[in-house]
Amino acid sequence: MAAWTKTSPFPWLKPAVLTGSLVPIAAILVRAWGNALGADPIAQALNQLGLIALVFLVAALGCTPLKAMVGWTWPMRLRRMLGLLAFFYAGLHVITYTVIDQGLDWHAILDDILKRKFIFVGFATFVLLIPLAITSTNSAIRRLGYPRWKQLHRLAYVAPALAVLHFTWRVKRDIREPLTYGLVLAMLLAARFLGQLRAPVSLAWQTVNRSSGDIWKSDRP
Amino acid sequence: MASYSGSVAPNHITPERVYLRRREFIRNSLLFAATSSSVGGTLLWLMRGLRAKDHKHPVNATATESRPLTIAQRTDYAPGEAKTPYESVTTYNNFYEFGTDKSDPAQNALTLRPRPWTLNIEGEVERPQVIDIDQLLSWFPLEERVYRMRCVEAWSMVIPWLGFPLGDLLRRVGLTSRAKYVAFTSLLDPVQMPEQRSAVLDWPYVEGLRIDEAMHPLTILAAGLYGRRLPNQNGAPMRLVVPWKYGFKGIKSIVKIRLTGKAPPTTWNLAAPSEYGFYANVNPAVDHPRWSQSTERRIGEYHRRATLPFNGYSDQVARLYSGMDLSRFF
Repeated sequence: MAAWTKTSPFPWLKPAVLTGSLVPIAAILVRAWGNALGADPIAQALNQLGLIALVFLVAALGCTPLKAMVGWTWPMRLRRMLGLLAFFYAGLHVITYTVIDQGLDWHAILDDILKRKFIFVGFATFVLLIPLAITSTNSAIRRLGYPRWKQLHRLAYVAPALAVLHFTWRVKRDIREPLTYGLVLAMLLAARFLGQLRAPVSLAWQTVNRSSGDIWKSDRP
Repeated sequence: MASYSGSVAPNHITPERVYLRRREFIRNSLLFAATSSSVGGTLLWLMRGLRAKDHKHPVNATATESRPLTIAQRTDYAPGEAKTPYESVTTYNNFYEFGTDKSDPAQNALTLRPRPWTLNIEGEVERPQVIDIDQLLSWFPLEERVYRMRCVEAWSMVIPWLGFPLGDLLRRVGLTSRAKYVAFTSLLDPVQMPEQRSAVLDWPYVEGLRIDEAMHPLTILAAGLYGRRLPNQNGAPMRLVVPWKYGFKGIKSIVKIRLTGKAPPTTWNLAAPSEYGFYANVNPAVDHPRWSQSTERRIGEYHRRATLPFNGYSDQVARLYSGMDLSRFF
């Protein structure tokens, strides 16, 4: 039992965060079923799925600064899951747009992507997330080699910035909400940048060496 | 061993190892529940978005709203199309004076007091005057007009308005020869309209029409919908309805109508001149810079439908714009 505790000091953490993270999709389905999504349920579901995807993109970026600044290591163990949840909600957002909102009218969808910058940027955000999701496994890290994997995963900084832009360009007038997310994101990126200056050698790389590739469980350096 | 004093046999005593496991299990379960519910709760809270604060007020508007009105005449200008349910018409509103979320007005507009209310008619008119709203409404028989309403955000409704032609009022007060435009002003009162404290738009909301648009028989001042007085969130006590233009032209809670010689400023045009023009005629061929206007979702329907030029009222109004480049005068 002692060894088990050592490798996983908070065994409840990941399943608990995952369970809580599925509340939004459960809520949207329940509300859709009960006609409680307002007069335009498709727009409501579309907007809320996109917003939750952005929340997870930003949350995933918050893990490293928390470790660097507060000294908490447990958020690092959530980072991959948060990123995958962002991909999950972004995927549902895209499916809601293409299948439900546009009724798979590819001509209209392509027209939207090419002609409207906010949809283009939103679509680009989703496309960026695809390689990140595919290479999120431990074996992908080993296959790519950590330096290349890390380079690829720098897209995790670009994606939320594009998502904030997508959100800002979408709203008609009241940009307070997208700006709030933009501000949080800017602070996280600034914290990340300052942290990079202080610690040139990545902790994740040290741990990947020490624990034979499994950087996700070894949160205690 | 039969003479053991206690009632619990030694082999029934939970080993310490398992006993500690049990405590840990309970502790972990509690932590699991606390963490998952706080993560879920935070996400649900974020999903609500940035809503205007609840400005609920003891004034009860529903009492006046529910009084049925006498209808002189009914005309269906969207024949064969299902009317949007009252519930949707009165809970899905763009009325930024009460918050920018479409559910905000229904929740917050109870602070608006639609009576007593006066309308100021001034400028290039022969008989400028300040009229009490009920007196004004007694001048004209109320007609029911079922109109399509197309929002610039690419959704639409079919609404049975109750009102009278704006032209009837303008003829009654008499226009001077210099009256070329009509300028409308909404109420400015941050006590009654709490979101006027925010700078999301320049307050008060102002709108305008060319005089021929204002005199067109389809242009009405509405004081009711679905046979009853206008609910606060729909622009009580009186609002403009111009069915061939995007919804934002339909200025709500009007306090002033001024006849002018020059084109008046309009709120959304001031806010984003490249996105919202003075005319704002529904036009599927002229996209909003950020989204398509070629289709719309009728509230309550699943599939998008094609948007019609002038919102389907071309036969009546297209001649007003003959010879004009509608992509320039959007």
